[in-house]
Amino acid sequence: MDNFTVGVVVFPGSNCDRDVSWALEGCLDIRTKYLWHESSDLSDVDAIVLPGGFSYGDYLRCGAIARFSPLINALDEFVKSGKRVLGICNGFQILTESGFLPGALTANKNLNFICDDVELDIVSSKGGWFNNVDEKQTIKLPIAHGEGRYHCDSDTLKKLVDKELIALRYKNNPNGSSFDIAGITNEKGNVLGLMPHPERACDETIGGTDGLFTLKSLILK
Amino acid sequence: MDQFAVKVFVRLRPSVLDPAGEATKSASIKLGAEGIKSLRIGKMIEVKIEGNGENEVREKIDLLCDRLFANTVIEDYEYSLEKL
Repeated sequence: MDNFTVGVVVFPGSNCDRDVSWALEGCLDIRTKYLWHESSDLSDVDAIVLPGGFSYGDYLRCGAIARFSPLINALDEFVKSGKRVLGICNGFQILTESGFLPGALTANKNLNFICDDVELDIVSSKGGWFNNVDEKQTIKLPIAHGEGRYHCDSDTLKKLVDKELIALRYKNNPNGSSFDIAGITNEKGNVLGLMPHPERACDETIGGTDGLFTLKSLILK
Repeated sequence: MDQFAVKVFVRLRPSVLDPAGEATKSASIKLGAEGIKSLRIGKMIEVKIEGNGENEVREKIDLLCDRLFANTVIEDYEYSLEKL
């Protein structure tokens, strides 16, 4: 993959950073580099993953404190330049808190921390994150979250639908998300946030490979 | 410089489901409390802050509430302010 390098952001409390790095390096032969959240130099990475976990202990609200890190401040220019950013689980929460994606993620309707495999409908492959679904419109990915209920107002939902920004919807909504939303993109398509964990579905020995394509899409221009 | 004690109340917007409030309401009823029509859980944040007068402090608190203490997509806030 030439020298294409994916930056994997590490916050205090991130816990899926190594899984993401393992999936990218070990399964896809894509180079990765850990980026400590206090770094604001993104010059030597070509795409960024905000991994899952509990940044800053989920204090105040999930993703609320991480939003003020130097790295997230630097992310604005990175996104504007068209480079790709993938936020998984806590990464999705950070992307909504910081305004890169609309809406918010709140406590699951049943208050349970849900750790399960879920079936997902591909609604849009804007940005090319899910272009692998020509023959397969449903994928299966693991979820693991207590606060994954996507919420937005009706105007925002209409915009998401009209502009085809909804990437994934749960087949059997596990957490009470508005409109069964599991993942959305920005209008340009270069930012994707989703609650399911593609990095945990990259090898048959751990239950499936439906996450591979989305991670591989990080190298798309 | 004046010092103020500020109490910020952050609440989920009425349109946002509050599962923790619902669970607590259910437990309240099991405890035997009667007549509870609604129960919703919010946060209270206490801040001691210095500034040149109430207006300056209000500006600071407004910024903190809008950008950090509350996520205005899902939450409303209000605060009371007392000069110390």
